[in-house]
Amino acid sequence: MTEDQIRETVIGALRRIAPEVDPDALDPDQDLREQADLDSMDCFNLMIAVGQELKVEIPESDAPQLNTLNGAVGYLAGRTEAV
Amino acid sequence: MALQSIQKGRASTPVEPNLIDYDGTCSSFSWERAQKEELDGLPAGGLNIAHEAVDRHAASLRAEHLAIRWLGRKGSSRDLTYGELSQLSNRFANVLRELGVREGDRVFILTGRIPELYVAALGTLKMRCVLCPLFSAFGPEPIQARLSRGEATVLVTTPALYRKKVEAIRSQVSSLRHVLLVAPQSGEPIPEGTMNLGSLMEAARVAYTIPLTDPEAPALLHFTSGTTGLPKGAVHVHQAVLAHHVTGRFALDLHPDDVFWCTADPGWVTGTSYGIISPLSNGVTCIVDEAEFDAERWYSILQDQGVTVWYTAPTAVRMLMRAGPELPKRFDLSRLRLIASVGEPLNPEAVVWGQEVLGLPIHDNWWQTETGGIMIANYASMEIRPGSMGRPLPGVEAAVVRSEEGGSLEVIEEPDVQGELALRSGWPSMFRAYLHDEERYRKCFAGDWYLTGDLARRDADGYFWFVGRADDVIKSAGHLVGPFEVESALMEHPAVAEVGVIGKPDAVVGEVVKAFIALKPGQQPGEDLRLELLGFARKRLGAAVAPKEIDFVKSVPKNRAGKIMRRLLKARELGLPEGDTSTLEDDA
Repeated sequence: MTEDQIRETVIGALRRIAPEVDPDALDPDQDLREQADLDSMDCFNLMIAVGQELKVEIPESDAPQLNTLNGAVGYLAGRTEAV
Repeated sequence: MALQSIQKGRASTPVEPNLIDYDGTCSSFSWERAQKEELDGLPAGGLNIAHEAVDRHAASLRAEHLAIRWLGRKGSSRDLTYGELSQLSNRFANVLRELGVREGDRVFILTGRIPELYVAALGTLKMRCVLCPLFSAFGPEPIQARLSRGEATVLVTTPALYRKKVEAIRSQVSSLRHVLLVAPQSGEPIPEGTMNLGSLMEAARVAYTIPLTDPEAPALLHFTSGTTGLPKGAVHVHQAVLAHHVTGRFALDLHPDDVFWCTADPGWVTGTSYGIISPLSNGVTCIVDEAEFDAERWYSILQDQGVTVWYTAPTAVRMLMRAGPELPKRFDLSRLRLIASVGEPLNPEAVVWGQEVLGLPIHDNWWQTETGGIMIANYASMEIRPGSMGRPLPGVEAAVVRSEEGGSLEVIEEPDVQGELALRSGWPSMFRAYLHDEERYRKCFAGDWYLTGDLARRDADGYFWFVGRADDVIKSAGHLVGPFEVESALMEHPAVAEVGVIGKPDAVVGEVVKAFIALKPGQQPGEDLRLELLGFARKRLGAAVAPKEIDFVKSVPKNRAGKIMRRLLKARELGLPEGDTSTLEDDA
């Protein structure tokens, strides 16, 4: 899976949780939680949704690596390759 | 009882608890004596929260003691001693004075957990203005409703929050005279009609003397949600500091050398009463973390800051449980002496998890916005019955009551019988009013008793057990969400005909906000519209209040008087019997 596909997956999952967010307006290196006004539950749901779609298990302790869009894509790219 | 009680021995705590003999202390306790022994009173006369919290320590040998250690989201930190906090809050009081703000004016603070919040909060109290902190995850509508209802004179916020959440609704808040922005980037133009708080602070004088303060003068305004109508503004007075102080000693067992971490945001009453006032009044060091929940970060704060007393919430505890037992093993939590929790009942498994994984049981306690401080608690020195909220604080009388026909009240003496939890009125941090709503305030009392709206039972040994809410208010992640506020926001969407909002039980956050929506004729339910409505609600209400789930229904059940039957929606959601539906309007 390419990084672009992973990015699309993350944005798709984000859209189902915070549909009001314009993905193009997000700074991919800034805190996603802050930019998209996500609370802890939103973050958790996002992690679960992305994990399910990409079929990767994301341990809770890795959650901070998903704090930014680029961080999430990089992390997930590493994880999907490993599978 | 599902789980065995957790016994305590005297040897099990490294310092002697402040409350050792519960029964003896309860019978000998008096608020008057506690005030003489524990508080200083204002040199100019009266009682002022900020003097007890900061200035009295700043004028003593504890001036150099660390009051606040702030931990920035990105790894920076800032230390404020009691002396420094006193001077900075003096400056803020002078800023208000220079602006012509007067005693009793309302100062709202809408920021994340940054040092300026604490400085502004204390400076506001020094000026005898009324402090109203708002949760920064609120969207523009809850913010506008609270600013308007609270007749805000001053708003302290950040440039980002102002642009995102305030600018568009500002014209609707006619009372708002001053908007003070924290830390705009240097050279950044600030929006029209706002001022740079940093420059004002620099120009302000350091010397400030708190004028005589009537202990019964309003000091704090906290909004809380009810089933119907807009949020209620609970008003607390300076006298409340007595309860903040005493409950900090008894329920949180604060000792002068403690490092105390209350994880709540000051936008909620816990984050003000126990994130600012109580620990400072007790002269301890407060940890303030700007960042949101993160299991690993939290354990490292507990370790690195040497936190001794930790006050958190069931949702956070359950998220830590989910992060697994391996993570905390990597950290040295040996300084930790007491863990307490509030917000919603802590499930027994979580109490026991604390004991097994963190080496300390978690002490649940109970109180509300209206009570201003902890009313019922499990204590360091006392046996814990997992799942119970504990026993009333010394000076607090709690009972389970039943309303009789004709409005009188019967106190249920028999153990293990369910009824409404009530408190004998008159404790120092009891709310003195709902702002502009005298009738609603009066309805909370029957004779001498304040009726909490929570259902509870008391066992034969005097431990109280939470049963549920007596109304439809939703408790999500420990915060109350009023279904009406959510329904009203969704009703503004042109496709929506009817809305009913409930709390759907959830293993982690207690309840999630779920909306059932009936569409106007001609509107097609579907995923696109569902997402549009979800985004619509989030933009207006913010993540903390907006629904997490939306279902379309043909019609929303109402009784013949037109009242939404949320209980029925909930029963249907959970697949439970629908109960008595005789008052239900015919299904359209």
